[in-house]
Amino acid sequence: MDFSLSEEQRLLKETVDRLVRDRYGFEARQAAAASEQGFSRAMWATFAELGLLAVPFPEAVGGLGGGGVDLMVVAEAFGRGLVVEPYLATVVLGGSLVELAGSDEQKAHILGHVVAGEKLLAFAHGEPDGRYDLAHVGTRAEESGDGWRLTGRKSVVINGDAADTLIVSARTAGGTGDEAGIGLFLVASDAAGLTVHGNPTIDGGRSAEVVLDGVAAEPLGEPGAAFPAIEAAVARGIAALCAEAVGAMEVACETTLDYLKTRKQFGRPIGSFQALQHRMVDMRTELEQARSMAILAAAKLGADRVERERTVSAAKVTIGRAAHHVAEEAIQLHGGIAMTWEYALSHYAKRLVMIDHLLGDVDFHTERFIALTDGTAA
Amino acid sequence: MDLNFTPEEQAFRDEVRAFMRTDLPADVAAKVKGGKRLTRDDHVRWMTALSKRGWLGVNWPTEYGGTGWSPVQRHIFEEECAAAGGPRIIAFGVNMVAPVIMKFGTAEQKAHYLPRILDLTDWWCQGYSEPGAGSDLASLKTRAVRDGDHYVVNGQKTWTTLGQHADWIFCLVRTDPQAAKPQEGISFLLIDMKTPGITVRPIILLDGEHEVNEVFFDDVRVPVGNRIGEENLGWTYAKYLLTHERTNIAGVGLSKEALRHLKTIARDQLKNGRPLIEDPIFRARMAQIEIDLMALEMTNLRVLADVQAGGAPGAESSILKIKGTEVRQAITDLARRALGPYALPFQSEALDGGFNGEPIGPGYAAPVAAHYFNMRKLSIFGGSNEIQKNIIAKASLGL
Repeated sequence: MDFSLSEEQRLLKETVDRLVRDRYGFEARQAAAASEQGFSRAMWATFAELGLLAVPFPEAVGGLGGGGVDLMVVAEAFGRGLVVEPYLATVVLGGSLVELAGSDEQKAHILGHVVAGEKLLAFAHGEPDGRYDLAHVGTRAEESGDGWRLTGRKSVVINGDAADTLIVSARTAGGTGDEAGIGLFLVASDAAGLTVHGNPTIDGGRSAEVVLDGVAAEPLGEPGAAFPAIEAAVARGIAALCAEAVGAMEVACETTLDYLKTRKQFGRPIGSFQALQHRMVDMRTELEQARSMAILAAAKLGADRVERERTVSAAKVTIGRAAHHVAEEAIQLHGGIAMTWEYALSHYAKRLVMIDHLLGDVDFHTERFIALTDGTAA
Repeated sequence: MDLNFTPEEQAFRDEVRAFMRTDLPADVAAKVKGGKRLTRDDHVRWMTALSKRGWLGVNWPTEYGGTGWSPVQRHIFEEECAAAGGPRIIAFGVNMVAPVIMKFGTAEQKAHYLPRILDLTDWWCQGYSEPGAGSDLASLKTRAVRDGDHYVVNGQKTWTTLGQHADWIFCLVRTDPQAAKPQEGISFLLIDMKTPGITVRPIILLDGEHEVNEVFFDDVRVPVGNRIGEENLGWTYAKYLLTHERTNIAGVGLSKEALRHLKTIARDQLKNGRPLIEDPIFRARMAQIEIDLMALEMTNLRVLADVQAGGAPGAESSILKIKGTEVRQAITDLARRALGPYALPFQSEALDGGFNGEPIGPGYAAPVAAHYFNMRKLSIFGGSNEIQKNIIAKASLGL
């Protein structure tokens, strides 16, 4: 048993930690979040220069060949900085889908551009009534003489308004809810019949509502059998979100602890009150349990399907509960100041709570964990 | 990063498993799995089997006849032990007083006491808590007054676990009531339970069981040679004991076994004609505990890996104690709920090994509610969970 990072992972950690610490201050983050695209193109270029956009991809397509632990290292640092750049959308979800489902030509071409920071992706998968169900795809893909055309609606597409290419899931066969018959398609952002309405999200990011009306699309790999790739890419996304939450929880705990030591009421630091001490301890305990599961999820990304999925679901449950607990307690232990927009902690709290709304919440993953544990999962 | 056990550790697990199959008395294992009452003889037979194999001194270095196992090996052993239904090793001798004797005892004390612990000659109990000294242990009042080459001990100890079986008791006693701080006037004495003036009185717990006792000392004469280390430095030795080798504090193996048992019950119990385990509300409650246990196991392994690499567990031990006891208690809570109305009948005689009467309700029902109530102790003893939080707040958070 060895929980230490490899030499390469340590270097990666130093790089990304330094970047976040030195160049990703709260003011800069807020400015980037408030901009039209919701992030900084210059920062994205820096990510590319530092090789961060290449981390999870195989070396054959210009990647660094990193695994779950490498992804965890990056995501945890991003969580500490509350990074708003579209790393989850472009690299973790979009890039993984291309890697797992694309043809060799598509992988070389698209991932080459992604790694260079020249192409942004977004995964247009969720639909208005689909909630978190990965197989809920009602958008239709139809093949005609001049290729494939997509028709349907996609909801809360993270960073969908910034993407150069949307990776859209659409049904080639079967009914909504079937795992079989789901295809992945590449749709250019300027395609005719595509409408993308971008909006801010409450945690400082961006999402988009997408309408497809007979939009021309290129299949990503074999159309119709994409569900395993979607599940595997989403597993990476969950592992990354777990690590991101750990980073954000670390900052929330540090900030709260610091506040307990400096804020005085009744003539003494509020951290001298046992009622608050124990709550602070509970926050730290939840953080450690969450960290354990983020590590486990990262380490199991390469395991066989059931073990991988059962682990990421368990991790997402743990993180969902811990992040919610830490966010609410951090606000409460601070008092009024943490209710303000100008105080950084409030933004950490928002991100921590909203991570539960991405890629499946506590209830969804509890149910899924049960199905996978009891062997009744499809 | 590699979360797998090494091939050597896997082989060790196989070896432990094989030992459990051949050397753990089957009737004792059946009692443990069935939640039945264990006799003194059950404990002794099991610990004798371990002793013969050289595995009783799990935490002991080899020079004293211990296993010399690594933290990960000890973890594997404890996990396999729990899975096989091995009773927990009675800790007071082998894991509590022995490390103190090894660290602070004289050569004569080591030569006398340690072999007798390892070959089960002496059963030890612990004399720390008093009626007025629980979480605030340093406020203890049992008095030891020097009289020539003896101490004369007067006072009362309480919550003395399995003291009814004990040959010896290790005690914290006050030797200097005038010391500046309460911690400074305490000495650590080893006392023969057969000494005149000692009275053991049972305390029956809420589950109806005789597990703990009060021990009264009335002019008990203890040779000065039975003192560990120096006079008035007993608190230092006690603290060493409290922080030393708190292995298995998370109780992961025990919780895993308890969870397996819970699932067995939930598969057997019916709700609306279907197994309870298929009930979404019950299953969700159980899943939450399973997931908490996964996280706890990982946290435990992280701490073990750290200790194995030479780190000293500090506040992590407290985190493991808190989460470990919470998970274990939650499992017993769910087992009680799983029984439904059959949690109510209190059939104490069904807990005896020789019971061959008619069980009330399912055969597994009798111990479940009693066990649930008994397990409330976990968050109270060994430094209550609130004390653990104080430790973390002070030591780790600097509050």
